[in-house]
Amino acid sequence: MFGKLTLSAIPYNEPIIMGTLLMVCLGGAALLGWVTYQRKWGYLWTEWFTTVDHKRIGIMYVIMALVMLLRGFADALMMRAQQAIAASDAAGYLPPHHYDQIFSAHGVIMIFFVAMPFVVGLMNLVVPLQIGARDVAYPFLNSLSFWLTTSGVVLVMVSMFVGDFAATGWLAYPPLSELKFSPTVGVDYYIWALQLSGLGTTLSGINFVVTILRMRAPGMTLMRMPVFTWTALVTNILIVAAFPVLTVALALLAADRYLDMHFFTNELGGNAMLYINLIWIWGHPEVYILILPCFGVFSEIVSTFSGKPLFGYKSMVYATAGIGVLSFVVWLHHFFTMGSGADVNAFFGISTMIISIPTGVKLFNWLFTMYRGRIRFTVPMLWTVGFMVTFTIGGMTGVLMAVPGADFVLHNSLFLIAHFHNVIIGGVIFGCMAAINYWFPKAFGFKLEERFGRYSFWCWLVGFYLAFMPLYVLGLMGMTRRMNHYANPDWQPYLVVAAIGAGVIALGIGFTVLQIVVSVRNRAENRDLTGDPWGGRTLEWSTSSPAPFYNFAVVPQIEELDQFQVDKEHKRAYKRQAHYADIHMPRNTGVGLFMAAFGTVLGFAMVWHIWWLAIAGLVGMIASFISRAYDTNVDYYVSGVEVEKIERARLVPLEKLIDHVDPASAGQKVA
Amino acid sequence: MSSSVITANHDVAVHGADHEHHDDGSKTLLGFWIYLMSDCLIFSALFASFAVLCNATAGGPTSKELFELPYVLGETMLLLFSSFTFGLAMLNMYAGKRNRVIGWLFITFLFGAGFIAMEVHEFAHLIHEGAGPDRSAFLSSYFALVGTHGLHVSAGLIWIVVMMHMVGKFGLNDAVQRRLSCLSLFWHFLDVVWICVFSIVYLRGVL
Repeated sequence: MFGKLTLSAIPYNEPIIMGTLLMVCLGGAALLGWVTYQRKWGYLWTEWFTTVDHKRIGIMYVIMALVMLLRGFADALMMRAQQAIAASDAAGYLPPHHYDQIFSAHGVIMIFFVAMPFVVGLMNLVVPLQIGARDVAYPFLNSLSFWLTTSGVVLVMVSMFVGDFAATGWLAYPPLSELKFSPTVGVDYYIWALQLSGLGTTLSGINFVVTILRMRAPGMTLMRMPVFTWTALVTNILIVAAFPVLTVALALLAADRYLDMHFFTNELGGNAMLYINLIWIWGHPEVYILILPCFGVFSEIVSTFSGKPLFGYKSMVYATAGIGVLSFVVWLHHFFTMGSGADVNAFFGISTMIISIPTGVKLFNWLFTMYRGRIRFTVPMLWTVGFMVTFTIGGMTGVLMAVPGADFVLHNSLFLIAHFHNVIIGGVIFGCMAAINYWFPKAFGFKLEERFGRYSFWCWLVGFYLAFMPLYVLGLMGMTRRMNHYANPDWQPYLVVAAIGAGVIALGIGFTVLQIVVSVRNRAENRDLTGDPWGGRTLEWSTSSPAPFYNFAVVPQIEELDQFQVDKEHKRAYKRQAHYADIHMPRNTGVGLFMAAFGTVLGFAMVWHIWWLAIAGLVGMIASFISRAYDTNVDYYVSGVEVEKIERARLVPLEKLIDHVDPASAGQKVA
Repeated sequence: MSSSVITANHDVAVHGADHEHHDDGSKTLLGFWIYLMSDCLIFSALFASFAVLCNATAGGPTSKELFELPYVLGETMLLLFSSFTFGLAMLNMYAGKRNRVIGWLFITFLFGAGFIAMEVHEFAHLIHEGAGPDRSAFLSSYFALVGTHGLHVSAGLIWIVVMMHMVGKFGLNDAVQRRLSCLSLFWHFLDVVWICVFSIVYLRGVL
């Protein structure tokens, strides 16, 4: 009846897990109770859970990313604590099987459920606003994508308390991940969580490619698109081209585990290196899927806070596209040690090094944008400068490892761990933090306060260097990754420093939480009445903060690259219309949420071999999708009168404010 | 979070699916093309896996011993004819002949179902002979590749049934035409993939 699922699947005897479960239950009950007490369920359902508004979906993605960051970071703290004490005779406090699950979950969560929701959320929030669109191409599909990602999150979180998680590392290399060596359900949780969220990501990719190609405001040619939108376009093309390969790799692993096939087993002709090639054909583009939007974020921020147009816009676009293409021809550098021979390794080594050229172009563009600019060191700008320094170091260690000979020494050492944290924290996390500070007023209508934002930045920066520079040294000293215990006492001091660094980063995360709490409390002081708190140059700043649900009362006409900046300079911005046309909008729907709920059931049932439930989940998913096709009531019109009311409420007071300020910097001063 | 949250739940003018203002269908078709390309990559990865593993028979049966070309040619013909009949359904859609659309869709469904029946029979036969997907890496990759195509065709069959019902219920309105166009692309795409399966898996395996 319940497949492999019995009560013994709950790890009663693990005090750490049970303690966490208790905390989660108490916290969850408190949250649910609070929502019930405030009578907010109806509001949450109609305004958020069923929304198809890209801005709200974007906000939900970012909230998900922040919550999962806490989980993933808790894993990191546990690992750092274990390695700081588990030298020589000390065994540490985490048994190997638990430790192995923690480093696997840490990687999976940080990439799939922190970094991905962050960048997809940012693209949701910003891209339609930057191109003058009223929503994405397929609003319902967008909601479905978000909820499918949530399904993945739910499965990963459930795995902690019911059964176990993969103890294989974040990419579940076979033959270790095969049934013979991983007989528990951990790898199955991994497979189904990633299949569900991966489906959501692929659909997002398709959605945004069509949105950017087909829904730009009239006059916005490709070479008049803001750079963030350009990076989003390339990113989503990469998603569409890379994620199907992940789907196949995981499906074949599932076939091995469920149907006794022999793709990657040691017996009967299986070939584990096939999996490793497939997973990295997805995996390398994936790291560019994460970093390219962040490059876009930094480009917008540097230009805004230097008060100058971006230096070398065209070269930035070509560099982005070039990185996108090159990202597909470097995957083998993840396993030079496979033994493909000198020629193959040389090809992939050289193609890897070539990527540093367009990346270098970008760095110089940012530097030249700042050169002779009137730089304002706001919080987003701090993150940007911190990124430029940190990412450059990470890039250089990457080029080091691109030399196949050097890689034979450094492969799977802590040097590698330090390298990719150097680029992912220094690039993606710094980028997302910068983006949150930069676009927060656009999402919520008030700015984040600066002081705790600065504290957070400095803690992250200092903490990062403390936590990862020792790892470079340890890698050169010969320490490999994923060690639960080590015999060499010389390593311990470095690992203690790294643990302290992780503690400093924890402070940084704490300050971010504090920053948000304080800003919400003091929101009246930080209101953004103009919609343009920073003196921005791109279209998203021309509408109100928060943007109305229809984004733009009148679809803007584009003649220049930085149209809004030009409009401000010529005093054409913030013009009220005599008459507003009706606006066509998509209607909210809960079908995406229902489909994802059935998907979660499907995934859970597959993990535990509860076949009848799996069939029910699958049928439920398909039936709700078909029912959606029969729904003809999917859109409505907002009347021009209502639009006028909303626009008047914003623009009439704004006109008075703008009368007596310099139009070029209207935004900053008024705010 | 803001106190002046504006709800998107209005009860003003309601419009049916036959009243699409902002999408003439081309946006959906572009998106569907992009989806097909991503699906194409799924098949590419499966073909690549098959190419890597096709000689890894582990002492078990080889493709030469297993495949019967005439039988597979029969399957191929069913699928090719179904593409032709789908084309006729689309021509009738453009001519606005609703009942004929349903009729040709039904004939397409029969051909597709015949293809699936033959494939299932072939799979059952192989498994019965001890050449199931658990026998060797070669057979795993064979079953995965051909089976994935079969699953796609089955999904297409469900879609055809839904569309037959929709044409009956809504007539040939914009939404229905748009969906039929997508289904048409999907169906022909599966044909193209099958041609590759036939050439690479069966012809290469036997010749």
